[in-house]
Amino acid sequence: MADYKLELKGICKSFPGVKALDNVQLSLRPGTVHALMGENGAGKSTLMKCLFGIYKMDAGEIYMDGEKITVNNPDEAMKYGIAMVHQELQPVPARTVAENLYLGRFPTKKIGPLQVIDHKKMYEDTAYWLKEVKMDFDPHALLGDLSIGQMQSVEIAKAVSHNAKVVIFDEPTSSLSDNEVEALFRIMNDLRDKGVAMVYISHKMDEIKRIADDITIMRDGTYIGTWPAAEMTTDQIIAKMVGRELTNVYPERKNKPGEVILEVEDFTSIHEKSFQHVSFNLRKGEILGFGGLVGAQRTELLEGLFGIRHIVSGTVKINGKEVTIKKPADAMKAGIGLITEDRRGNGIFGCLSIKDNVGVSIYNKYLQAGFVLNHKKINQVVDESIDKLRIKTPSMQEHIQNLSGGNQQKVIVARWLANDPDILIMDEPTRGIDVGAKHEIYEIMNDLAAQGKAIIMISSEMAELLGMSDRLYVMCDGKMRGELTETKEMTQENVMHYATQF
Amino acid sequence: MNKLKKMSFKDIMINYGVIIIMVILIVYTGLTSKNFLTPNNLTNILASMSSRLVIALGIAGCIITGGCDLSAGRMIGFGACIAGTLLQKMDYSNKFYPGMEPMNIFLALLIVMLICAAFGCVTGFFIAYLSVPPFISTMAMMEIVYGINSIYTNASPLGGYVSEYTNLATNKLLGMSYLIWIAILIAVLTWFIFNMTRHGKYMYAIGGNAQAAEVAGVPVKKTLVIIYAKAAAMYGLAGFMMGAKAGGASVGLGLGYEMEAIAACTIGGVSVSGGRGKVSSAIIGVAVFEFLKTALQFLGVNAFAQYIALGVIIFIAISLDIRKYVARK
Repeated sequence: MADYKLELKGICKSFPGVKALDNVQLSLRPGTVHALMGENGAGKSTLMKCLFGIYKMDAGEIYMDGEKITVNNPDEAMKYGIAMVHQELQPVPARTVAENLYLGRFPTKKIGPLQVIDHKKMYEDTAYWLKEVKMDFDPHALLGDLSIGQMQSVEIAKAVSHNAKVVIFDEPTSSLSDNEVEALFRIMNDLRDKGVAMVYISHKMDEIKRIADDITIMRDGTYIGTWPAAEMTTDQIIAKMVGRELTNVYPERKNKPGEVILEVEDFTSIHEKSFQHVSFNLRKGEILGFGGLVGAQRTELLEGLFGIRHIVSGTVKINGKEVTIKKPADAMKAGIGLITEDRRGNGIFGCLSIKDNVGVSIYNKYLQAGFVLNHKKINQVVDESIDKLRIKTPSMQEHIQNLSGGNQQKVIVARWLANDPDILIMDEPTRGIDVGAKHEIYEIMNDLAAQGKAIIMISSEMAELLGMSDRLYVMCDGKMRGELTETKEMTQENVMHYATQF
Repeated sequence: MNKLKKMSFKDIMINYGVIIIMVILIVYTGLTSKNFLTPNNLTNILASMSSRLVIALGIAGCIITGGCDLSAGRMIGFGACIAGTLLQKMDYSNKFYPGMEPMNIFLALLIVMLICAAFGCVTGFFIAYLSVPPFISTMAMMEIVYGINSIYTNASPLGGYVSEYTNLATNKLLGMSYLIWIAILIAVLTWFIFNMTRHGKYMYAIGGNAQAAEVAGVPVKKTLVIIYAKAAAMYGLAGFMMGAKAGGASVGLGLGYEMEAIAACTIGGVSVSGGRGKVSSAIIGVAVFEFLKTALQFLGVNAFAQYIALGVIIFIAISLDIRKYVARK
C-alpha cells in the first residue's frame, strides 16, 4: 500500500511565451484535504487541468496508489476516480439539474431492442445525490434558473456521485454564502472520513485553516513547498505565496465621508422575489458595504439602480436632484459606474484587446469632428491606466483573456476610472483574485474615496466587508434589514444577525 | 532552436495556410495556362470581385456582431431591379415606366440604397428590439424582399439601360473599370468605420460580449439597427453594380450570393462567433474565392466539381482559422 493516494512528479507545461508549470510536484494522502495555494497565475488551475486531462502536460508523471497512470482527457480521469469541481462552471443552463448531473453518462434501460434513457432513475438518483450534499432543490429545475451558488452545489453533487477517490475543488467557495460553505465543509469532512483525497484551491485563509490538513504552495509556476496546515500561520502562508510580507491586508483610510450624494428610495423590482421597497443613501468619499447571504438580491438591487434590471417603483436622487435611469447609458450620464460580479459574463470582452476593453465606455469623450476616434488620446489614457493600476501585460494590444483574473479586474476598473464616475458600484470586486492584486484593488478604492468619490461595495467575504466599509447595509431576501454605522457595531455577529432575518 | 523553427512553420501554416495554397494554385495555373496571369484576365477577376467585395463587407459587419444576413442575395436582386427600372433608355421597347425620363444615375443609386437600408432597418429592428435571432430575422426579410421585388417587376427581366449606367462597367480609370474603384472606395470607407469610429468599436464590443457591452453603456440596439441598415444599403449598391455590368437584371439575380459572401468572410478570418474580423479579412476571402473559381475554370475542371473544391476550401480555411483560437491548450 502506497503512502500516497496520488502523486504528481516533475510536471512541466508551457504555453506559447509562458512557462506555466516548471517541475511541480504534489502528493495527496488518502483521507485528507490538501490545500493548493498561490497567487492567481501561480499555476494551480493549470496543474489541476493537467491532472484532469484538460491540458496535455509537456513532462511529468502521475502515480495513483503507487502505479503510474496517464490521463489523456477528463473522461479517463473520471474512470480513475478523479473528479473536479471547476472554478469556471461549465453547465448546460437550458437543461435540468439531473441532466447536467448525468451528462455524458445517462442511466439507460432497454425497451425491446432499444437502449433508451431511464429518466425515472436519473431523477430519483439526482434527488438522492442532492440530498447527500444537503441541497433541497428540484432535480427538474432548469440549471439556468439556479443561483451561481446552487449551480456550484450541483457540480459538487456531480463529483460526489462519481464515487471519486480524488476530488479537486477549484475555488468552490468563491461564490458561496457562508451557510453554503458550511454545507460544503460538512460534505468534505464526510469524504475525508471515507478516505477520499481532496485538493482544495482557495484564496480564503480562514477556510484553509479550518479544513486543510496539508498545504502546498506554488509561486510563478514553481513548487515552493508542502507543510502540515497546523504548523503554518496565515502570515507565513501569504509570505510564501507572494514572496514578500504583506504588512496590512486592509490599508488604513484617512478621509471622512462628506455630504450625501445619492439617495435611493423605495426601490422595488418587477420580480416579486427580488428586491422590495429598498431605501439607502451614499456619501461622498465613503465606502459603503452591502452585506448579506448569496441570494439576498444585493446584485439585483444595484444592477437595478444602474438600469440593467427593471423596477416598478423607486426614485433616485443624485446631489438632491431626481434622475431617471432606464439603461446603463443613463446611469453613466448621471455619474455612476458599475463593476459587475460576473466578470466573464458581463465584464470583459474576451477576444478584444486591453485597449478596446478600457476604451469601450469612453469613446464619446474622445471624438474629433464629432465622429472620428482620437486614437492618440485614447492610447494615452489606456497607457496611463496600465501604469497607474500596474496591469501586468506585454502591451495594450494583448487580448484580455490572456491576463490573470486580477489583471482582468484591473482592466475593468481602468475602464470605469477613465469614465470618471462620481459613484462607483463594485460588485464582489476581489472575487477570484490573488492576495497581491486584492491589496492593490483595496488601495485603489481608498484612493478614490480620498478623492471624494463614493463607492458602493458588495462583498460576500466577511473580512473584506468589515475591513473596507465605512458603513454597512445588510440585506436579506430582497429586503433591507439593517444599517451599521458605528465601527464598533460592525461585527460578524451583527451582519449575520441581519442577514438571516428572512 | 530547431523547435522554435518548427513552431513558426506551424504558425505560418495556421495563419496563412489558405493564402499559401492560393498562391501555389495561382502560380501553377499561371504556368500551365497562358491566358491566366495576363493584365486583361486580372482586371476581369478584379471586376467580378468588386461587387462581391461590397456584399462581403456589408455582411462582415453583421457577422462581427455575432449575427449573419441571409437577406443579402435577395436584397441585391431588389437593388438591381429598382436601378434597372429607373435607368432604362427612352426608346427601349419594353420600358418599365414608359415615358419616364431616365433618372440621374447618382439619384437612382441613392434611391436604391435608401430603399434597401429601410428594409435593413426593419430587419435590424426585429433583431435588436424584439430579440429575433439574426438567422431567422434575415431569412424572413429574404422572403419578403423577394416577394416585393417579384410583384414590383412582375418577375419580368429588365434591360435597355442608358449608357451612363453601363459605362460604369466599361469605362476605365487608370486601367481599371469604375466598378473596381467603387469597391476600393467602399473598402476604404468600411475600414474607416470599423477602426476609426465609435460605431465600429461598438460593433466589435457587441460581437465580443453583448451583455458586457450593454453594461459598459454601449447603445447595443441602436448600433445593431445601423449595422443591418448599412449592410442592406451595401447590398443595394452591389446590385446596382451588377446591373451595370450585366446590362440587365431580373428578380433571380443574387440568389445564393449571401452564402458565398459569408463563406468568403469566414475564409478570410471573420469569426462567426463574433468579435473578430477586419476589412482585409473580407478582401482576402473574396479574392481567394474569385481566384479559385477562375483558376479552376482555366484548369478545365468540371463545372460541378468546382463546387466541391469550394466546399473543401471552406472546410480547410475554417478549420485553420479556428486553430488560431483553440490551439492554446
